[in-house]
Amino acid sequence: MWKSVKRLSTVAGAAMLISGSILALPHVVFADDVEDGKKVAEDRKKGNCFGCHDYVGAEMAGNIGPKLENMKARYPDKGALRDRIWDETKFNPNTIMPPFGKYKILSEDEIDKIVEFIYSL
Amino acid sequence: MKKWVIYTLASAMLLGLPLVSQADPEGDRKAFQDYFKNRFPNTPFEDFINGVYAIDPESREQWEAIEEFPPYEIAIEEGEQLFNKKFANGKSVGSCFPNGGNGIADQYPFFDTKRGEVVTLAVAVNECLTANGEKPMKYKKGPLASVLAYMAFTTRGKKVDEKIPKDPRALEAYESGKQFFYARRGQLNMSCAHCHVDNSGNKIRADLLSPALGHVTHFPVYRSKWGELGTLHRRFGGCNEQVRAKAFEAQGPEYRNLEYFMTYMSNGLTWNGPGSRK
Ligand code: HEC
Ligand code: HEC
Repeated sequence: MWKSVKRLSTVAGAAMLISGSILALPHVVFADDVEDGKKVAEDRKKGNCFGCHDYVGAEMAGNIGPKLENMKARYPDKGALRDRIWDETKFNPNTIMPPFGKYKILSEDEIDKIVEFIYSL
Repeated sequence: MKKWVIYTLASAMLLGLPLVSQADPEGDRKAFQDYFKNRFPNTPFEDFINGVYAIDPESREQWEAIEEFPPYEIAIEEGEQLFNKKFANGKSVGSCFPNGGNGIADQYPFFDTKRGEVVTLAVAVNECLTANGEKPMKYKKGPLASVLAYMAFTTRGKKVDEKIPKDPRALEAYESGKQFFYARRGQLNMSCAHCHVDNSGNKIRADLLSPALGHVTHFPVYRSKWGELGTLHRRFGGCNEQVRAKAFEAQGPEYRNLEYFMTYMSNGLTWNGPGSRK
């Protein structure tokens, strides 16, 4: 099961790379993913999201970007949220936010986990 | 070549501003300075020479206490000794400059129309050494930084008055510095302007971002993080590396042109180097 979920997300990742957009696939969520996502999000060499975003539980967060909160309500479509992390310059060409997917700052799997984490905020 | 390097080059080219034909440095300077005056209405123009302390009363208090016994004082003394030290041929650094090298740091950087390039004070000092048969010094820290600190110190109080001579190559140097400043760079895909214009006064994690206006006036700087003095080009390199771009060579053409552009943007402010920073 675990393996096939992984596989699925790799395939989805590849499809996304080709089409440049996200297929809204049903996604199985593990509590572990939220935990792992938080770790990757707060790793300075990875997401470093709190460099710019505050959220509940963030320590010494920066204030360059908006607070990450109410994510579920604001992004009923999880894929739309993932798109922002993958490449925010698509939504705002002048944004300071790094294009985490497009420039391979994070792997597709790491982005999935971060999505799970911020979706829990 | 790494993928993101290609992306960076591509986006830098997309951003590419038209060269020379539409250049308007005076208009740029005014817009640049007005932007910061509006963004920080409580900061007097003169005060932008103080970096983040110009916009943050809390850290300013601590900094003012530090400045009472400035950590760069020893470097100024060391710089003065090196400045006055006799070369093997009996001359010294001052012999290469007008007024014996005293209070002349404000004449740099300048566009040398004979050479067709920007000459910075650091380059001029090293050229003085080699012209007199001495060995040049390293550009980022150490003895040269100390000499620059001493020369900045004797220049304190003079106005920044960068000029762009009527020479198409001077405008080109200015434009290339300007492009550098606004171009996205590195895997994190950020420009100098993203941090020091658009987000000046905001916090990136715990660090408050300083306005780019006045960035050049107080170098070299004693930085507590470095535990020593560093030059402006050392700082440029550090900020490039923060966004995972490769630093350019200190005193290479890229950073010289960048310094030229940034100095022009700070025209009207006062030279106040050396400085101290967190
Ligand atoms: C260097 C600054 C910076 C970093 C680092 C950064 N962001 Fe952003 N982010 C921004 C800014 C600024 C915006 C505001 C919109 C814009 O500029 O396009 C934004 C917007 C967003 C948005 C959409 C706006 C919203 O609230 O709905 C999301 C979601 C987001 N960021 C998530 C993240 C995540 C997750 C990370 C880490 C993996 C991250 N950001 C890292 C600066 C940053
Ligand atoms: C990711 C954000 C970021 C980017 C991009 C960035 N810097 Fe910085 N820079 C900082 C931080 C943080 C500091 C330390 C706090 C301060 O003084 O702003 C700093 C400090 C500086 C200083 C020293 C300021 C002082 O008062 O002594 C200079 C000069 C500077 N940066 C120039 C540049 C230039 C030029 C570029 C582009 C080549 C650049 N920075 C890009 C974050 C950035």
